[in-house]
Amino acid sequence: MAETAEQDQIMEPQEAPQVELDRYSKEELHRFLGEMLFYRRFEEKAEEAYAIGKIGGFCHLHIGQEAVALGMIGPLREDDYVITAYRDHTQGLAKGADPGAVMAELYGRDTGTSRGKGGSMHIFDVEKGFMGGHGIVGAQVPLAAGMGFAIRYREEDRVCVCFMGDAAVNQGAFHEALNMAAIWKLPVIFVVENNEYGMGTAFSRVSALPVVDRARGLGVRAHHVDAQDIVRTHAFMEDLVEEVRGGAGPQYVDARTYRFKGHSMSDPVSGTYRSTEEVESRKKEQDPIGVLRDRLMEAELLTEEELEELDKEARARAQEAADWAEEQPDPDPSELYTHVYAEENEHGRLYFDGRDREED
Amino acid sequence: MTEDAATPPTPEHASRTSRGEPSTFLEAIAEALFEEMIRDEAVLLLGEDIGEYGGAFKVTRGFLDRFGPDRVVDTPIAEAGFTGLAAGAAHVGLRPVVEMQFMDFISPAYDVITNYIATSRYRGAGAQPLVIRGPVGGGGRAGPFHSQNVEMAFFHTPGLNIVYPSTARDAKGLLKAAIRSDEPVIFEEHKGLYRAPFLREVLPVDDLVIPLGKARTAREGEDVTVVTYGMMVHRCLAAARSLEEEGVSVEVVDLRTLLPLDDDHIMESVRKTGRLLIVHEDTRTGGIAGEIAIRVNEQAFEWLDAPIARVTAPDAPVPYAPDLEDAFLPDEAEIARAVRYLAKY
Repeated sequence: MAETAEQDQIMEPQEAPQVELDRYSKEELHRFLGEMLFYRRFEEKAEEAYAIGKIGGFCHLHIGQEAVALGMIGPLREDDYVITAYRDHTQGLAKGADPGAVMAELYGRDTGTSRGKGGSMHIFDVEKGFMGGHGIVGAQVPLAAGMGFAIRYREEDRVCVCFMGDAAVNQGAFHEALNMAAIWKLPVIFVVENNEYGMGTAFSRVSALPVVDRARGLGVRAHHVDAQDIVRTHAFMEDLVEEVRGGAGPQYVDARTYRFKGHSMSDPVSGTYRSTEEVESRKKEQDPIGVLRDRLMEAELLTEEELEELDKEARARAQEAADWAEEQPDPDPSELYTHVYAEENEHGRLYFDGRDREED
Repeated sequence: MTEDAATPPTPEHASRTSRGEPSTFLEAIAEALFEEMIRDEAVLLLGEDIGEYGGAFKVTRGFLDRFGPDRVVDTPIAEAGFTGLAAGAAHVGLRPVVEMQFMDFISPAYDVITNYIATSRYRGAGAQPLVIRGPVGGGGRAGPFHSQNVEMAFFHTPGLNIVYPSTARDAKGLLKAAIRSDEPVIFEEHKGLYRAPFLREVLPVDDLVIPLGKARTAREGEDVTVVTYGMMVHRCLAAARSLEEEGVSVEVVDLRTLLPLDDDHIMESVRKTGRLLIVHEDTRTGGIAGEIAIRVNEQAFEWLDAPIARVTAPDAPVPYAPDLEDAFLPDEAEIARAVRYLAKY
């Protein structure tokens, strides 16, 4: 019984503490602001391109959740792994993917991160440790456990950070993966980007317990953090990553955030599953960019001119990515058959597209 | 690899070849796993009850003592979870071999296999080279959930390889090739072959690797080609032997790898005999016979002297009752009847 009480104590979810601004230099704080502004402007560019048909299919914007990408990925090394679901553009950028190549992927171009074959939901940069970009809710969670397993197997000191949306915690794969991470003490940080809605359904309508409590029965330590506050999130993650690197085993983070846009491009921002008042008040009170801006200005660490300059740079970088993507070639139709297998395999099929037989 | 006093013993069933002894089909698989684990530290095994218990069919008996719990991993009963975990580990350089206790249990992992593993390279992520292996097939009175053949659930998915050996030699050589392949491989092992005495053979002592994607001629003949795989190879060979006495010469082609299919080998045989029977233990509709027939139609139509025929299991779950199951599985008599029809056509 004593052991159970002790375990209960360990399993009590911990809140990430508030941290003072002086943990970071002014330059570092400005960099935080500049990066988040860049993510926002990048996504706005994507939105713009989508509206005029340059980007097709599904496109899930990260606007409102920028501090999650930067705060959770910023503290990682290049050789650490990040894996995520389909709201993946800015997470790829945060892990070091080239913005032009990410935009080119959205445009379906040959030089995109997946040569135009993956699209918005499947951004990859394996060399930078960004392991995608996966289009099915929760199914990437076991893969993250596998990367953690490989790290432990090879006795490396990397960590793997696995993002998922709040709705993913109701998938069976989530429970299977966290259980394995716990029994084998895998170096994986499972981050739930808790924006309160799985597409158009409030999390609370489909879940009996809050997000933060869902790991308790699986033996994984839980934390929660105000993930609209980049300073707090970044500092929290720095410490957590070092703990996991040191052998603390898997961790579970309820990163409390909010999505300012619709689930995807075709989805209304508000009016059906959430009220306009709710969205407007969250944008006003909890915009990660606004939160940092206000805090820096209050501490006299940022002037209006500096803010304008940072935003100008962010816009220029986003524009540069879009301009580059615009100039990229479309994939050749022959690319349809490449990268299915290690070697292209025709399987001796008879086609009627002129590839294999001369017309008689 | 040097063996010293501290090294636990090599499992007897996984080292028959080194002692000049014959191996069963199951032992050939154990040898392939064992040798690949010795050869490459990145190779590891994951599955339900494979460690302490030694596996439901004892393929990995003794492996835990030899390789330790990091490389012989007893997983929770969570196929989606551990197959996904294996995919993630494969993605970053390990070579996992996943055992499905019965291949019927692969269905919870269908998502990760078809959506993630099969498309990983195409999505720009690079390969997820892993092997998913396990027992398939009927005849053991094991009923609907422990007797199925799973190939056609995956045959339609570009990016996968499907291997289905019929002899001890092929089982070992193909499994070793599968483990070394940069492709994901689904590897089906018919339970009825595991301990079949007639399949015991002394295997070559050198590194036996048989390339994926290549069929073999199990028996040469002139009049009718029978294309088949797995357990049915042996029923077709038995039918061919009895037909020989009637004066019908049957060529039996063992596909060995179902995906990718070895079209060239099939066409070569069909062009020789002009008559084709396809036999599979899997059910009829959407079975591999349909795909082979259309390919022959595309590539060797002019050589055909008779319609293409098939003998398969009926479109039904695998029944439990012995009489029913025997009626369900294609047998020698049915195969012979179909060959006679083609020969006379």
